[in-house]
Amino acid sequence: MIAAELAERVRTISPDVVVSRDEVTAFVQPEALLGALAALRDDAELSFDALSSLTVVDWPDRVPRFWVAYELYSMTHRHRLRVKVGVPAEDPRVASVTPMFPTANWHEREAWDFFGVVFEGHPDLVRILLPDDWEGFPLRKTEELGGIDTRYQGAFIPPVDRRTT
Amino acid sequence: MPVERIEGFHSGKTDAEAEAEVKRGILLTTLDKAVNWSRKQSMWPVTFGLACCAIEMMSAGAGDYDLSRWGMELFRASPRQADLMIVAGRVSQKMAPVLRTVYDQMPEPKWVISMGVCASAGGMFTNYAIVQGVDTIVPVDIYVPGCPPKPEMLMYGILRLHEKVRTEGHFK
Repeated sequence: MIAAELAERVRTISPDVVVSRDEVTAFVQPEALLGALAALRDDAELSFDALSSLTVVDWPDRVPRFWVAYELYSMTHRHRLRVKVGVPAEDPRVASVTPMFPTANWHEREAWDFFGVVFEGHPDLVRILLPDDWEGFPLRKTEELGGIDTRYQGAFIPPVDRRTT
Repeated sequence: MPVERIEGFHSGKTDAEAEAEVKRGILLTTLDKAVNWSRKQSMWPVTFGLACCAIEMMSAGAGDYDLSRWGMELFRASPRQADLMIVAGRVSQKMAPVLRTVYDQMPEPKWVISMGVCASAGGMFTNYAIVQGVDTIVPVDIYVPGCPPKPEMLMYGILRLHEKVRTEGHFK
């Protein structure tokens, strides 16, 4: 199915669909996410039965600020679709899709780890790549750039560029 | 009486001459020199490759560059059998406690080479993820610059470390 046909078919489920560079993106409201994903999966023409990736984009100037992107793939028809959900900055919450796609488990943990987006209903939403006692979400655009203090056994040693001798 | 001590049996020397001969064969040295010499001649590095520097470190240990010329080609998988840690690569914040644990498990005396700019000062990774210099968590003896250092540079650092080991007090 070519991109235009795919977009037309997806519009029967979720109306807000954009085609850009042969990639189809559907914008969904957070409360409609699980229903839309289930419908996309169950539609015989589309059958998006695999979640190949889940990530978050931070747009500090936009409202809503965080955009969770679900990259879907159809094993049956071999076509792809991106579903995007906007999440407000003040209370970044979205429903977890782990019950539907088990592969989302670690992806959602990583997204929470770096962006602080809470996935409600996730079985074990704890940090996955950063140390357990980490404070903050380093991939947010508002985070400070550059090296951070080495925090180890009570010592705080600043990075090289901020050390004074 | 052993055969060697029978007067004139081998060489026709007298007892006094044989005694002088034996004395010439004795090497006198200090304990410092002897201990340090044995330490430097047979270092046991612990396996601690972290990133691309580890490839150069392995290359230094392999046939072309051949670290066994200095008696240290065998990288131990257990820190308890090692006395040298070559921190080869960038140390992530999550790896830092592991690195310190490995260092603590090594028996004294022990030395650390910080290999490459990432281990020495964070390098290009001036960000939240990487420890900005491994000397913030373990004491470092030799810093080898480079990104990554060639095996020759690592070998030069090792030779400088040998020099340090050779000249320090035996109770490190």
